Amino acid sequence: MNAIEAHHLRKSFGPVTAVSDVSITVREGEIFGFLGPNGAGKTTTTRMLNGVIPPDAGTAIILGHDIRSEPVLAKQGFGVVPETSNAYVDLTAWQNLLLMGELYGLARSRAVQRSSDLLATLGLLERKDQKVQAYSKGMKQRLVLAMALLHEPALLFLDEPTSGLDVQSTHRILSLLRDLNRQGTTIFLTTHNMDEANQLCHRVGIILAGKIVATDAPEKLKTAIEQVHTIEVSFDRDVSGDDLAALTGVTRAERTGDKWHITTPDKDATIRALVSFTEKNGTAIVTLNTLAPTLDEAFLRLTQEASP
Amino acid sequence: MNPAGLPEQVRRAWAIAKKDIRLYYAKNSVLIFGILMPVFLFLAFFAGSSQLPLTFLFPGLVGVTLLFTATALSPAIYAWEGRHGTLERLVSCPITIEAMVFGDMIASILFGVGITLITVIIALAFGLPLLHGIILVVSILLAACCFSAIGMLLAAPPTSEPSTPMTLSLLIKFPLIFISGIFVPLSQLPSWGLALSACSPLTYFTDLVRYSFTGEHYFPVPADILILAVITLAFTAGTMYLHKRTMPKRM
Repeated sequence: MNAIEAHHLRKSFGPVTAVSDVSITVREGEIFGFLGPNGAGKTTTTRMLNGVIPPDAGTAIILGHDIRSEPVLAKQGFGVVPETSNAYVDLTAWQNLLLMGELYGLARSRAVQRSSDLLATLGLLERKDQKVQAYSKGMKQRLVLAMALLHEPALLFLDEPTSGLDVQSTHRILSLLRDLNRQGTTIFLTTHNMDEANQLCHRVGIILAGKIVATDAPEKLKTAIEQVHTIEVSFDRDVSGDDLAALTGVTRAERTGDKWHITTPDKDATIRALVSFTEKNGTAIVTLNTLAPTLDEAFLRLTQEASP
Repeated sequence: MNPAGLPEQVRRAWAIAKKDIRLYYAKNSVLIFGILMPVFLFLAFFAGSSQLPLTFLFPGLVGVTLLFTATALSPAIYAWEGRHGTLERLVSCPITIEAMVFGDMIASILFGVGITLITVIIALAFGLPLLHGIILVVSILLAACCFSAIGMLLAAPPTSEPSTPMTLSLLIKFPLIFISGIFVPLSQLPSWGLALSACSPLTYFTDLVRYSFTGEHYFPVPADILILAVITLAFTAGTMYLHKRTMPKRM
């Protein structure tokens, strides 16, 4: 079963179309990154998936339940971590968590146990009886994560969970997300942070002007945008540039210091040709790197190509 | 456990009510305002109309107290929560809009009943006899439900500015005092005034409280109870319907 199946979601606010046609499928157990520039429709799409705002058209099935016709059953299965903490600042962390426990129908003993465990995991246990208004941004974000995880959701929506956080808080949150995913939690991560998406996500979807322009694994997206690849290679002795340029698939060979930058439309064939070349010439490869574009570059390229 | 079932949703509504009481109602300033406002209104009318006996004025005071306390904060709660982002948190939780509204109503009912009981105790301390205790209890509970539904009805227009529904609330509550037989007996109202007072749920509640303390009433007691119950049901259904429609516009 897919954790999220959204088909042709559309949402307008007055004359402005925020989301014109979004279809997303997120498999169970997957970390799905949702990327896009500001104003592309990320938050509106996420809010429709969360059941916070109704779509004008389209359907969203969350954990097997239609978010419009069975909102309570759908919401029971997921947790939400917004970009800005929305815990009650006049309540303590403990009171916030117990409130969530009651709203998700947890038995009090279970809510108490889970609250203690999560606060300990997220480094907030010692300050559980302090009002949230005295918390730092990082502490608030960790508390909101604890609130979203209290009922052990099968699916977790996160919107920029590490935005503006210090290195320690970021590391703690990312580490917890990896652990949760290993235990089977599906994660829908909205982020601007390409490095974070690259490290965490099994697949990413890129939205632009209310439409999905690409959905794939980060590595595939990176390579898909480059029709011509670059291989960086160095040898244990001097080789001729002309010889390298004559190899199968090589369109150009340029020397940079002690390395060669070889341009090719077919990485696989060129690497095989390089290996044959070294065997034939009695030389050895010292280093060999394929210089794939970063996810940043892929994102920029895809969003530029899709821009009207 | 069926999260969407009625028992579970009622349980979650109770969680909302407890949250409201803790965050909004159990504050000293709110409690003091809830008590002082009707007391000062009563004193003003007591000083200005000395020909009316306490047995007439105290039921009016009970009526005003319940109206003001049961609608004291509920009109602005969603505006506050919307402004702080906590409303989005609640909407993303597995609780229906109806249960959220019901929870907010429970909190305002408890606050209204609690403060009104103090007024009743003061009335008894002033020597008013309690002739029909059960009628008084039933009417206070019924009117508290009715007024809290009115409070939530006033909260239905989507806004993130708390002063908007509070102003609207005052604009409705003050005229109600003057057309509901609080400080002017219904028998002394002109026919158009009587027609207006018949539209106010406060009229029927005050009539019931007056009956409980003095045995006198303007409308038949069963009619008072029936009309109050019908208005309560209509306002409760109306407020839930409207909030379901307007909630997405707050997000």
